[in-house]
Amino acid sequence: MHLAYPAVLSALLFCTGLYGVLARRNAILVLMSVELMLNAVNLNLVAFDVWLSRAARDTLHSGQALTLFTIAIAAAEIGIGLAIVLAVYRNRGTSDIDKLRDTAEGPETEGPGTPAAEKAEATA
Amino acid sequence: MTTTTLAVLVPLLPFLGAAAGLLLGRTTPGFVRPLAVLPPLASLVLAALVAARQGGDAAVDAHTELTPTGSVPIELALHIDGFAALVAVLVAFVAACVQIYSTGYLRDDPRYPSYAALVSLFTSAMLLVVYSGDLIVLLVGWEVMGICSYFLVGHYWETPEARAASLKAFLVTKLGDVPFLIGLFALATDAGSFRITRVLGAVASGGIDHPTVIALLLLAGVAGKSAQFPLHTWLPDAMAGPTPVSALIHAATMVAAGVYFTARLLPLFEASQAAMVVLAVMAAVTMAGSGLAALAQDDIKRVLAYSTIGQLGYMTGALAVGDRGAAVFHLLTHGAFKALLFLAAGVIIHAAGTNSLAAMSRMRGLRDRIPDAYWTMTVALLALAAIPPFSGFFSKESVLGAAEHVTSGHTGHAPAVAGWIVLVAGLLTAVLTAAYATRLWLLAFRGQGPEAPDHGRQPLTMTVVLWVLAIPSLALGGLAYRALPDWFDGRDLTPTPLTSVLGTGLALVGGLLTYGCWQRTTRLAAGTPLGAVAAHPEEDAGLVEAEAIATHEPAYGDIAYAPDPADPSRLLLGPLHRHAAAGFHLDAVYTALFVRPVQAGASLVRFLDREVVDTYVHGAAALPRLLGAAVRRAQTGNVQTYVSALLAGTVVLAVAVLLVATGV
Repeated sequence: MHLAYPAVLSALLFCTGLYGVLARRNAILVLMSVELMLNAVNLNLVAFDVWLSRAARDTLHSGQALTLFTIAIAAAEIGIGLAIVLAVYRNRGTSDIDKLRDTAEGPETEGPGTPAAEKAEATA
Repeated sequence: MTTTTLAVLVPLLPFLGAAAGLLLGRTTPGFVRPLAVLPPLASLVLAALVAARQGGDAAVDAHTELTPTGSVPIELALHIDGFAALVAVLVAFVAACVQIYSTGYLRDDPRYPSYAALVSLFTSAMLLVVYSGDLIVLLVGWEVMGICSYFLVGHYWETPEARAASLKAFLVTKLGDVPFLIGLFALATDAGSFRITRVLGAVASGGIDHPTVIALLLLAGVAGKSAQFPLHTWLPDAMAGPTPVSALIHAATMVAAGVYFTARLLPLFEASQAAMVVLAVMAAVTMAGSGLAALAQDDIKRVLAYSTIGQLGYMTGALAVGDRGAAVFHLLTHGAFKALLFLAAGVIIHAAGTNSLAAMSRMRGLRDRIPDAYWTMTVALLALAAIPPFSGFFSKESVLGAAEHVTSGHTGHAPAVAGWIVLVAGLLTAVLTAAYATRLWLLAFRGQGPEAPDHGRQPLTMTVVLWVLAIPSLALGGLAYRALPDWFDGRDLTPTPLTSVLGTGLALVGGLLTYGCWQRTTRLAAGTPLGAVAAHPEEDAGLVEAEAIATHEPAYGDIAYAPDPADPSRLLLGPLHRHAAAGFHLDAVYTALFVRPVQAGASLVRFLDREVVDTYVHGAAALPRLLGAAVRRAQTGNVQTYVSALLAGTVVLAVAVLLVATGV
């Protein structure tokens, strides 16, 4: 199989994930999109590993080893991510990213003395 | 123990008592009373022992240098001559009486522990002033007294009168203390030492280059502390403190310090004729003015306060004619009878439930309610009016005799003009003193009207102290005038026939005149009912007094004045009465001269700060604030926006790298 097929497929996957991360509102879907991006990278790694080993330039299969690392890290990441989303949902009653704006600066907040205004902004 | 050790213990014991009282006051209330009463009593015993050992002989001198302090050394020095020994006995005696009296007077006061500790500290500071042989050590005691008087006058700090009075007492005395400090430095620079003995040695050998300037600078501090014109205005207002504090301040500590200091350094003042004349004029104005003001006061304690100012005028008058023996003699007898007058006034205020003489003159039978206070107050008032054979007679006659001696002009140490000023003012004041003493007695004890309210028996601690103080008020002068010259400079203190007859005759005239006026005016009392009575028969006397002071102004419209046509002083003073009641408007003059300019200056500074300085600060902050507002807009709180920006940045960087790598 030519290298172009998996490369194009992974590029498509990555773009789909990127679109999801940037455009979806639901935090769980954002996390899923992150998984898509990670898997696109995994696909790339495996494909290039096969391509390089065929040319006998790399006999250690470092691409596949790296993929295993990525899968393990992705599992850990999704576990923590989902736990955070769950906690946020229990606290706020929503997992809509557009409504979680606690880090926003108020329009003209003078110093740290107006937490009420920020809270109102966050829940608006 | 040596005399020096004993003398060191005299001021040290009340100081330790004060420190222990402040530390233990909250945790162990059982120790507070013993800690308050025992140290002054022990000091009294020790001071008496020191006096007995010193015995009027050569002065006991001891000194040690704690650490080198630059050019002019400061030493911990004692200098106990006859003056110091006797004044210390008086201070410890009055302080012990006041402490015993306070256990009854303020028995339910929640702030009694700190009060008792401050009284002990006050006593200790005064004893330090009395015994100290070094001017800087003396200054330490002098200033500690200033801060103690601030705290004690402001004891009832819930009332605005007490807050204002404590600040006034502190500021006015400090106003005198600044020139005083400069004077001390100038004196030490000229004499090369702060030790009193060396300073006096330098004066005797003519080593002081500017005696007039130094004496006048020191006089400012003396006038502030001893409440002499024109710095006397704090003393009548200091009546807002509890009565035992007034007794302490007026009889033994604080006001006595100024006179005592001048007596110690009298040769320095004598070196300058101008200073002696200034002293004489100050004493004369103080005496006559305070006598007139005392005659017009309505508050019983303010009458006594002005009388203190007048008696201190006698003492400075004696100093102005160069007779410090007479001055300290009057200081001793005055200390006894003025303490008695104040403590008895405290009993009267408690029994009558008011501090207003106008209200007391509308009560019948007050003297039967408090026979102890009645009899002892009568003794003290007779002593104040200088009627023989009470102790005030002998001391006042010694002052007048000294002044008369100087008028002949045969003495080198004081100018004859000072003698004339003091003699004339002293005789005039004798009339006034007898008049206001008679007025106080008649209004307080000879009232007509409804029966005085029954406020229960006075505590034993309060009445016993009155009788203890009545003994020296009665007999000290007569017993001591022969023995005292041995302790003092050796000058005769026996009353001369001429001034005795003149003084006593004028006192009788003043008393009888007041009695005649009182008989004419007392009928009017029934027509105008007056009186705001604070009755708390179950509570301690301090509470009654605080309430009486607080209600005086709402009830009568002024702190010192009552619209009472039955007051004999109206007939005596005529149109002068209104001005005398207000202390001859000196407070108003000070308001116009000092308070208003300071307030105007303060508002100018506030304007400069708010409108001028702040404008620059706000202007400098405008640009950063605009930039901040612009940057703040990027901070939306939406994570996806941030990630988009990140992506855009990455893309731009990647394109840039590609372009560079391909070499376009």
